[in-house]
Amino acid sequence: MKFRRWTVLVCVITMLSVLTLGISGISAASDKMKVGFIYSSPVGDMGWAYEHNRGRLHLMEKLPYVETVYVENVPESSDAERVLTQLAEAGCKVIFACSFGYMDFVHSVATRYPDVIFMHNTGFKTAENVGIYFGRIYQARYLTGMVAGKMTESNLIGYVAAMPIPEVVRGINAFTLGVRSVNPKAKVKVVWTNTWYDPAREKDAAKSLIEAGCDVIAQHQNSPAPQQAAGEAGVYGIGYNTDMRQFAPNAVLTNPVWNWGPFYVDCVEAVRNGTWKSPYDYWGGLEDAVVDIGPYGPMVPEDVKELVIKKKSEIAQGKFKVFEGPIKDNKGVERVKPGQVMTDQELLSFDWFVEGVEGTLN
Amino acid sequence: MTHETTVTDGRAQTTQGRKFKIRVERRLDTPAWWNILVPVVSIALALLFGAIFLKMTGYSPIKVYAIMFKDTFGTKYGITETLVKASPLLLSAVGVSIAFRMQLWNIGAEGQIYVGALAASWVALTFTGLPAYIMIPAMVLAAALAGGLWAFLGSAPRAIWGVNEIITTLMLNYIAIFCVEYFVYGPWRDPLSFLFPLSPMFPKSAWLPCFGNTRIHLGLVFGVVSALAVGLLLSRTKWGYEIRVIGENPDAARYSGMSISRNIILVMILSGAISGIAGMCEVSGIIHRLQAQVSAGYGYTAIIIAWLAKLHPIGIIIVSLLFGGLLVAGYSVQIYGIPADIATMLQGSLLFFVLGVEALARYRIRIIRSSPKPVQAQQAADDVAREIT
Repeated sequence: MKFRRWTVLVCVITMLSVLTLGISGISAASDKMKVGFIYSSPVGDMGWAYEHNRGRLHLMEKLPYVETVYVENVPESSDAERVLTQLAEAGCKVIFACSFGYMDFVHSVATRYPDVIFMHNTGFKTAENVGIYFGRIYQARYLTGMVAGKMTESNLIGYVAAMPIPEVVRGINAFTLGVRSVNPKAKVKVVWTNTWYDPAREKDAAKSLIEAGCDVIAQHQNSPAPQQAAGEAGVYGIGYNTDMRQFAPNAVLTNPVWNWGPFYVDCVEAVRNGTWKSPYDYWGGLEDAVVDIGPYGPMVPEDVKELVIKKKSEIAQGKFKVFEGPIKDNKGVERVKPGQVMTDQELLSFDWFVEGVEGTLN
Repeated sequence: MTHETTVTDGRAQTTQGRKFKIRVERRLDTPAWWNILVPVVSIALALLFGAIFLKMTGYSPIKVYAIMFKDTFGTKYGITETLVKASPLLLSAVGVSIAFRMQLWNIGAEGQIYVGALAASWVALTFTGLPAYIMIPAMVLAAALAGGLWAFLGSAPRAIWGVNEIITTLMLNYIAIFCVEYFVYGPWRDPLSFLFPLSPMFPKSAWLPCFGNTRIHLGLVFGVVSALAVGLLLSRTKWGYEIRVIGENPDAARYSGMSISRNIILVMILSGAISGIAGMCEVSGIIHRLQAQVSAGYGYTAIIIAWLAKLHPIGIIIVSLLFGGLLVAGYSVQIYGIPADIATMLQGSLLFFVLGVEALARYRIRIIRSSPKPVQAQQAADDVAREIT
């Protein structure tokens, strides 16, 4: 009995001393500029976080003086504040917070670390050391809508949507305008999942839309699950974030895609050169290639692609605006007068659906 | 000291043809210090298992463990954040443990957390003018009532018709989460949040007081107090005695005139009320508003904690701290480029090894040669026993 007590004691002491030894060896000094990233889903989501992570890798490749760290799958709750604090404590000079729900936590941590630049993705609040950045993905969604409008036969297109916030509503509206620019009879049916990332729920939502008669499934979700549902049911789909063809080769027509790399390079260089100024508010579009329409599946005919290419260059050159009147809402009321273009402020607080959308906003 | 009964009786033959028996024997009596030894050995095995995994995937186990330790128990900020994370775990683990004592499988702590948060938010958002000394108790009360009601809904079918409470309590979790979603997407949505599913901020009077500059809030005190109170209730009161008797031998309880269905309902209400308070603490102490995500699976982690602590109140406090640390470490290791899954894996292997070691510790293996005298080798094989027959 004595012997065993000793064994336990020796074990515990050994463990503790090993830990203490290890701690002294952790801090490895480096003169590189540290940049932090925090994602709300795993980088393997093959969607939103995956694309941000691709941007991070691009940043490391282009700027040899940059060293990056990332934390994935961080819930938009009490954990976010701690992880942001730890990133700042770890010596990050710039921290990219890649989800809307981090907003309050970003601002609360930013006041405690005035020397660190915080970049909040998709947000709307700036501060002395907090910038916001986003891309006009709605332009790419308009183009993918044109493809969907040309390809649908049932004239009913399903849209698996994450949350009824302006970002998502804007995307649905742009997509629907694109659909109806080539096919005025088509309608877009919306189902909410209330989650950015939950493959099972996303897939179920897509299935319910297919059962309701939709023959193209578009999505504003982080995973390719809706496309897989489309593939299994033998209908078409429009992916999102990244090229999703590999998950459903027979279904995916094309995708509105992100390309964050060049923006991350510009932003980090601005911080390093001291040209980063508050208020920092980036909202680039097709002209910057931060958003784009992704590769096409083999079933998309050449004439449709040509139509899209033409429209894409008009948008990039500013000759065509997606939200230019006349635009009616889905109750038939005219919301934008002919010739009038919605302002960015209006786009950022979009809370109504355009004509042709079947769905409600809560 | 050690009594033995033979559970299985294996026979084998060596190549030399000498006969011996392998006996797996159950220990009827284990020394008290095993309660310390078993967890320590299990944790060491889980860490060893994790170390092998880390080594195989190309990380230095010592470095990873050192980082995990430093960021959770090794710095002031780490310790405070571990305590923050442990608070809701502790409360809901105490909540489920009292039901488990009666062999009532309350899997609904997650839902009870959500309705507790919902009820507390209702108080905070409706009676905005209340001073803190009325507001906070009112929120606690509302959360406890809501959590208790939710657990009542789960347990009443069991008490009346014998419906399996695992199913009812589990299903009610989803309903609770959908209720919260309904309110944050609908009537309570903050007009200033750009349609994002967040309620308005609570008035300052509805914020649980924090200790100093940290995020540690009064919820930690609630947790410790409830753990001790439940401990006293079970060990020192008549009701506690009834709960233990019903849990261990329902027939004996019935013969001695205890009402089982009444106790099912009462114990579940208490269990749910404590988890409800955990939900109140999260919204009032940390988030300061209601949002769609209140708990990161605390109600489920609480079940693991309660089991690892063998339902012992002091054990629950310790294991909650350990798990709070593990959850915090899961995020902080990523900053050093280590996958977060290591923390999840350690959690799983902890449970596996604790249950495994405990089961093994209940038995002893003895090799009995057919030669009349016991030999030295037997002593080596019989690792833990002190009395040789």
